[in-house]
Amino acid sequence: MIQVRNLEKRYGTGSTVVHALRGVDLDVFPGEILMLMGPSGSGKTTLLSMLGCILQASSGSINIDGREIAGLPESRLPALRLSHFGFIFQGFNLFPALSARENVEIGLRLKGIGGGKARRQATDLLDRVGLGDKLDKIPADLSGGQKQRVAIARALAGDPPIILADEPTAALDSHSGTAVMEILASLARKKDRTVVIVTHDNRVLHYADRTVHIADGLIVDHTSQEQAA
Amino acid sequence: MSMLAWKNLFHDRVRLAVTLVGIVFSLVLIVVQFGLFLGFLDTSSNIVAYSGADLWTAAPGIPHVNGGTPLNESLRWKALQVPGVRKVTKFALTFVNWKLPAGSTESVQIAGYELGSGMGGPWNVVRGTESDLAAEDSVFIDELYAAKLGIRALGDSAEVTGRRARVSGFTHGIRSFTTAPYIFTSFKNAQNYARLAEDQTVYFLIRLDPGVNPEVVRSQLRQRLLNADIYTNEEMRRKTMFYWVFQTGAGVTTLMGAILSLIVGAVVVAQTIYSATIDHIREFGTLKAMGAANWVIYQVILLQAAISAVMGYSVAIVVGEFVSHSSQTGNAPINLPPWMAAATFCLALTMCMGASVLSIRKATQIDPAMVFRG
Ligand SMILES: Nc1ncnc2c1ncn2[C@@H]1O[C@H](COP(=O)(O)OP(=O)(O)OP(=O)(O)O)[C@@H](O)[C@H]1O
Ligand SMILES: [Mg+2]
Repeated sequence: MIQVRNLEKRYGTGSTVVHALRGVDLDVFPGEILMLMGPSGSGKTTLLSMLGCILQASSGSINIDGREIAGLPESRLPALRLSHFGFIFQGFNLFPALSARENVEIGLRLKGIGGGKARRQATDLLDRVGLGDKLDKIPADLSGGQKQRVAIARALAGDPPIILADEPTAALDSHSGTAVMEILASLARKKDRTVVIVTHDNRVLHYADRTVHIADGLIVDHTSQEQAA
Repeated sequence: MSMLAWKNLFHDRVRLAVTLVGIVFSLVLIVVQFGLFLGFLDTSSNIVAYSGADLWTAAPGIPHVNGGTPLNESLRWKALQVPGVRKVTKFALTFVNWKLPAGSTESVQIAGYELGSGMGGPWNVVRGTESDLAAEDSVFIDELYAAKLGIRALGDSAEVTGRRARVSGFTHGIRSFTTAPYIFTSFKNAQNYARLAEDQTVYFLIRLDPGVNPEVVRSQLRQRLLNADIYTNEEMRRKTMFYWVFQTGAGVTTLMGAILSLIVGAVVVAQTIYSATIDHIREFGTLKAMGAANWVIYQVILLQAAISAVMGYSVAIVVGEFVSHSSQTGNAPINLPPWMAAATFCLALTMCMGASVLSIRKATQIDPAMVFRG
């Protein structure tokens, strides 16, 4: 369970200060897939980064499973990221020199799983995203959709309780975008796992349990899937 | 995470090649420049280093071994009375003119030693034996200077101070720091060639009894030989080396070149390694976002640098050995002793890893939020 209260983020200081978030309240429940929508510059990425302990809040509170993370010193954050989150990025951010399997293995090794066990788990994860035949391909030899599937497998490595994805389909054509979203929604959905996906893409909204709209650094609208239907 | 370091390096072969060329170039430059300087040091004082003497007795206040002045033979008997002195032999080292068969002259240095004494004689003799020097007009020269001295083959002769000098042997690689090559001959011949009086020498070379303390013997010699300076072999070597290398411009220039090569090399390596790391900055950002601790990133960066250093060094040392080897027959020898090869290895590691530490700061200060920017 993630509880966000009165969260603010300012970039810069003085006359150039940007109020990216101006007091966000949000609850994300275990087991739900939440979509975060909003116009460009509205603060979606900022919010996601703070949820993922990548960016520090200017003020307000973020509580994850009863633990306050907003005021934690920077040095505590990497360990939290490692134990709690799987990240999926718009730009894939795969390691270009590593094969698909090694990319997933990196995620596992960081979490202390090594050797044959990491190899087996990576193979298994890639099987599940439909890349069982591309284990040894490097990212340059994969299509955009395939790359993002490797990234999904990497994010799922070590079975983190929270998956955060920033526009995972934005760099993909609509066909592979839909396929990726389908895989993400079906694999990530798991009892007690929280999934937050930032997207611009209306066509994928039906994978969401709930959609939150954000504009100008504020939550403006909650829509649950039942309401939308 | 060592997998990431290896794969990152070998993934982009062009980048790797550029990195290695940078490191190899820098190391070869450094090895050659310092090798040249070491060659200078060795050449400047080789005649002392190979003299086989424990102590040198010289006229007071000589500037270096090639600047000796005559000394009276009577000192020999006084020296022999000092306990611990085993052998005292005469050694002449004097500049004279060598008249080529064709008529022109070259300046040479006559090195006249007592045959059979084991001190002051030629080393690396490749043609002829010491007994060949017993003849009245017999000399040894070095192969390197045969052409300069107008000598084509064994038995050819030239003229020194109106006397015949017949080449009855050759040495290999005995260079002179000055333009005047060493001509080895018997002390007797040297006295004639150098026009030394019958009772004069330039040096006494002293061999001590095994196990005696040279300092003790020297202080006793000083008390007895009031009109002479006594040096240990090492002191004479240093004095000579220091004179030729530092008091004349040549050595200083070479040393400056060596120091400059170190600076240029370090800058090139730093730049190469730094940019190789910065190339992967986005990946380090990803690692960081995924939750990797800074030390994990250090590990990858340092390992990448260490692998580059080892590979660059391996190539550089082969090139260096080759250059050094082929320089041995030329005018300026480039010496690459094992300790220098080892030092170069440490230097390569230090430079590469030091440069990577600069980029580490960059890599660990990256904002992990960069991963969300396209
Ligand atoms: N590092 C930064 N420094 C200064 N301003 C920033 C920084 N990151 C974001 N901003 C600003 O904060 C605001 C919110 O940015 P954010 O990236 O969160 O928006 P977004 O909703 O993700 O937009 P997009 O849909 O374009 O990705 C924008 O005005 C942006 O210019
Ligand atoms: Mg964004």
